[in-house]
Amino acid sequence: MADAKQGDRPLSPHLTIYRPQMTSVSSILTRISGNALIVAALILVWWLLAAAAGPEYFAAADAFVSFWIGEIIFILSLWAIWYHFLAGLRHVIWDAGAWLEVSTAEKLGWICVIGSVVLTVLTILVI
Amino acid sequence: MVQFRLPKNSRITTGKTWPKPEGASNVRKFQVYRWNPDDGENPRVDTYFVDMDTCGPMVLDALIKIKNEIDPTLTFRRSCREGICGSCAMNIDGINTLACTYGMDEIKGDVKIYPLPHMPVVKDLIPDLTHFYAQHATVKPWLETETNAPQKEWKQSIEDREKLDGLYECIMCACCSTSCPSYWWNSDRYLGPAALLHAYRWIIDSRDEATGERLDDLEDPFKLYRCHTIMNCAKTCPKDLNPARAIANIKKMMVDRTV
Repeated sequence: MADAKQGDRPLSPHLTIYRPQMTSVSSILTRISGNALIVAALILVWWLLAAAAGPEYFAAADAFVSFWIGEIIFILSLWAIWYHFLAGLRHVIWDAGAWLEVSTAEKLGWICVIGSVVLTVLTILVI
Repeated sequence: MVQFRLPKNSRITTGKTWPKPEGASNVRKFQVYRWNPDDGENPRVDTYFVDMDTCGPMVLDALIKIKNEIDPTLTFRRSCREGICGSCAMNIDGINTLACTYGMDEIKGDVKIYPLPHMPVVKDLIPDLTHFYAQHATVKPWLETETNAPQKEWKQSIEDREKLDGLYECIMCACCSTSCPSYWWNSDRYLGPAALLHAYRWIIDSRDEATGERLDDLEDPFKLYRCHTIMNCAKTCPKDLNPARAIANIKKMMVDRTV
């Protein structure tokens, strides 16, 4: 199209106007939980390194990890592990070409969300 | 690239509120995206009030009524008014669909209408689909053969023909591709659900003799594998097709041919 104005064309709105879908929200949560786990893993490694470094250093690291901020981080990480695991299973099923109907995919999304919360609570109860 | 904020020239301002129709008791509020290439202003959202007692049931009926009776400058594409041409694809009430087949009774509250998301806007509700069509052309959406053409037609069994069901019905309205966050961020290199559904339609056609080359063309981290099975495409398709499954099937064929 020969149009001198082409360069000035605005971009139509996207994220802000598109209604969140069960499938899209459960998909982005997979990414968020996965990335959050990297941070959690770093804290865990730091905690273990502190244990190897000596009792004083470990006491400081352990104080942070046992403090309520640390507790919250680890409880959320626990949820993130379960969510990422369930969403990963869902991807395996999809990669096999199965359960790709919209209604089934939405049910799988709910299973990931509710299942991860239930499994987190169960894990806390067991540990 | 992922860019959450709209570019400066694309940020939406509050537009004009047009007067309510006089003497109407059953009025509905419409909020419609407007952009005029000639006035140098940013896009805006105009508010219209439509008398539902004298309006047809579909969103397109209301748009035509607004254009006829309130604001003749409102610009949108429409043609068949029965969901077969795909011209009136737009974002209605937060999802992409065809204005002609989407009933206003399916919408709660005010009716919000935007052009298809993350596309360059030509005017008002009209997106520039040039790139989208070019991507479709790259999958060679036609029969590729090497053997001599038969005297009559290329024949196909009933079972092989059935494999094309759920694929050939695509009308290229672009609802699916423009609903896909992956396509929003990577449309320069990711082909998007519509073009990939068409690619698959020819890959599994029993008469086509270029299956290997077609798969070779798609074996690319971006063209095909930017699909993360977000499934907005299948959810929003106004023809109830499932591009997500077509893409999953292509990925499966990629694996099958290497193991």
